[in-house]
Amino acid sequence: MDFDLSEDQRLLQDSLAKLLKDKYAFEQRKGYMASETGWSRDVWAAYADLGLLAMPFAEDDGGLGYGAVETMIVAEQFGRALALEPFIPTVVIGGAFLRHGATAEQRAALVPQIAEGKLLLAFAHTETQSRFDLNDVATTAKKDGAGWVIEGRKGVVVHGDTADQIIVTARVSGGRRDRDGIEVFLIPADTQGVTRRGFKTSDGQRAADITFDNVKVSADAKLNGGLALAERVVDEAIAALGAEAIGCMEASKDLTIEYLKTRKQFGRPIGSFQSLQHRAAEMMVCLEQARSMAMLAAMMASEEDPAERRRQMRAVKIEIGRNARFVGQQTVQMHGGIAMTMEYVGGHYLKRLTVIENMFGDVDHHLAALSEEGGVFVAA
Amino acid sequence: MELRFTDEERAFRQEVRAWIDENLPAETRERMASGRTPTKAMQIDWQKRLYAKGWAVPHWPVEWGGQKWSAIQRFILSEEMQSTPAPSPLGFNANMLGPVMIAFGTEEQKKHFLPKIASLDLWFCQGFSEPGAGSDLASLKTRAVREGDHYIVNGQKTWTTLAQHADWIFLLVRTDPGAAKQQEGISFLIADMKTPGITVRPIITIDGAHEVNEVFLDDVKVPVENLIGTENRGWDCAKFLLSNERTGQARVGASKERIRRLKLIAKEAPGGARPVMEDPRFRSRLTEVEVQLKALEMTTLRVLADENRQLSQRKPNPASSVLKIRGTELQQAISELYVMAAGPYGLVASDPEADRWNEPEVAQDWQTLAQATYFNWRKQSIYGGSTEIQKNIMAKAFLGL
Repeated sequence: MDFDLSEDQRLLQDSLAKLLKDKYAFEQRKGYMASETGWSRDVWAAYADLGLLAMPFAEDDGGLGYGAVETMIVAEQFGRALALEPFIPTVVIGGAFLRHGATAEQRAALVPQIAEGKLLLAFAHTETQSRFDLNDVATTAKKDGAGWVIEGRKGVVVHGDTADQIIVTARVSGGRRDRDGIEVFLIPADTQGVTRRGFKTSDGQRAADITFDNVKVSADAKLNGGLALAERVVDEAIAALGAEAIGCMEASKDLTIEYLKTRKQFGRPIGSFQSLQHRAAEMMVCLEQARSMAMLAAMMASEEDPAERRRQMRAVKIEIGRNARFVGQQTVQMHGGIAMTMEYVGGHYLKRLTVIENMFGDVDHHLAALSEEGGVFVAA
Repeated sequence: MELRFTDEERAFRQEVRAWIDENLPAETRERMASGRTPTKAMQIDWQKRLYAKGWAVPHWPVEWGGQKWSAIQRFILSEEMQSTPAPSPLGFNANMLGPVMIAFGTEEQKKHFLPKIASLDLWFCQGFSEPGAGSDLASLKTRAVREGDHYIVNGQKTWTTLAQHADWIFLLVRTDPGAAKQQEGISFLIADMKTPGITVRPIITIDGAHEVNEVFLDDVKVPVENLIGTENRGWDCAKFLLSNERTGQARVGASKERIRRLKLIAKEAPGGARPVMEDPRFRSRLTEVEVQLKALEMTTLRVLADENRQLSQRKPNPASSVLKIRGTELQQAISELYVMAAGPYGLVASDPEADRWNEPEVAQDWQTLAQATYFNWRKQSIYGGSTEIQKNIMAKAFLGL
């Protein structure tokens, strides 16, 4: 067992940290957010130059063949910088769908485009009634000759407004909440019948509401694996989001400690007050416990037993969610009024952490499910 | 970064597990599985078996009975003992006095005492806290005055765990009351509990147990060769001792065992319309604790991996402070879950000092122990540096506040 980064991994971390230091000052970020896409195409191209967009793909497909630890390293840096680009939707989620569910021909066609920064993906799974249940799917896919017709509506598709292709869960048979009868389709966003309404999410990022009205796609639009595929991909997404949360929490904690040392009230630094010291120490406890879970997630992302992987990822999502909430809230509380303003970065960490907490199941969702599944430590 | 146990480590775990299964007496195992502490005889018997095997003090240098093991191997042994459950080697001997003597003792002291400390031929207790010196340990007042070849010791120690079983005591005493800083006038002594002038008075804790004591020292003559380290530098020994208490305090293995047992119990425990385990509120609380315990297990492994490094490359690791704070919180939370599971029969008070008090049975053993354990375990966030002291340390050492 060894928790140290290898030389290559450290290099990856350092070069990305340097890039983000140049490109992601708070004012620059504001500019990206205000742009039409809500993030920066230039920065995206810089990620491609660094090789980040090719990371998880096999070398045979034109990728770098990196694993979950590298994804963790990168996502953590994005969390620190509050980066806005669609790395998780395109590279982590889209990438996992392609790796686990696409044919060799599809990968050969798409992976190089992703690696070069020319192809963006988004995952459309949420529906008005589904809440966090991936198996709750009212969108339908009906056989149409050799191809399929997709009908339905997906909400809160993260970065769905700029994606070139949308990955959609749709029901081919069974009742709305059946686990059987769900398939995953890869649909070009400009296909006739796809209507997108883009909007901002509460953390300043972008998403879309997407309607599929008699959308005709070819037979090869269907990926292999159905719901099990989607669940596997979501587990990898949880690992990446967890790492992003760690970066975000760490930056948030550092900012707060710095503030406690410099902000003076009653004639002395507020960090000299024991009640704030203890809260800061508790933030650190939360961060370290959450970091441990991000490492567990990196370890479990490649676990082949889906039940075991799911259980551990639920634990990851719960523990990181609870601790992220504490760190985010205390960042604002200990700063006082300044962190309530849009002009100060402090509150933006809380916003991003809140969004992460509510993606792919919140704390209570996973607590209930994990309890149902027998808990973390199941009898051997 | 490699986050899984190696094949060798897995094989080692199997070896340890098999040996414990074969060698742990059934009655010791049963008593511990029911949530009680081992008797004195059980503790000594088990530690002697471990000592014969070479496993009582694996973290010591090889010449004093240790093993050339990695931190992970030591963790595996200790986790396996906790999860069986078997008694752990007596902490006062194996983790506190032993390492201090190895670091600060003379050759004669090491030769004479270390084998007896490791084998539990001599049971040591810890004389640190005093009525006026709790979290502020350095304010201790017990006085030792040099007279010829002896120190004459006068004062009072308290919270002395298992002093009623102890053959010897290690003590912090004040040898220079005039020192500029209160930490500077303290010395570290060991003394035979049979020395005239030492009186032990039991303190019964809120769970009804006799675990801790007051120890009165009244003109106690301690030979000068029982000084460990340098006179007036005893605080160095104390700091060293307290810094050795890191990963042990998380007690993840013990908590996992308690949870495993609780799940079995709660499946059977009547909860009105359904067993307690089927109450969603109970289960959700249980799961919440399990999740935190999983995180703590990972944090423990991170700290251990760090301890595997050469001392010179080691940086102070904030994760180590997490172990004491969260580890004790979780043990306490688990004890609350037992109370929940026991329900009204949890009101029955066990008599921990009488073996057959529950015959004929008033309530199941685990039910009668639930509240006692809950009361007893409130101590965990108080001793060994309270949660508040831990947070003071973190604020200073890691946050620079």
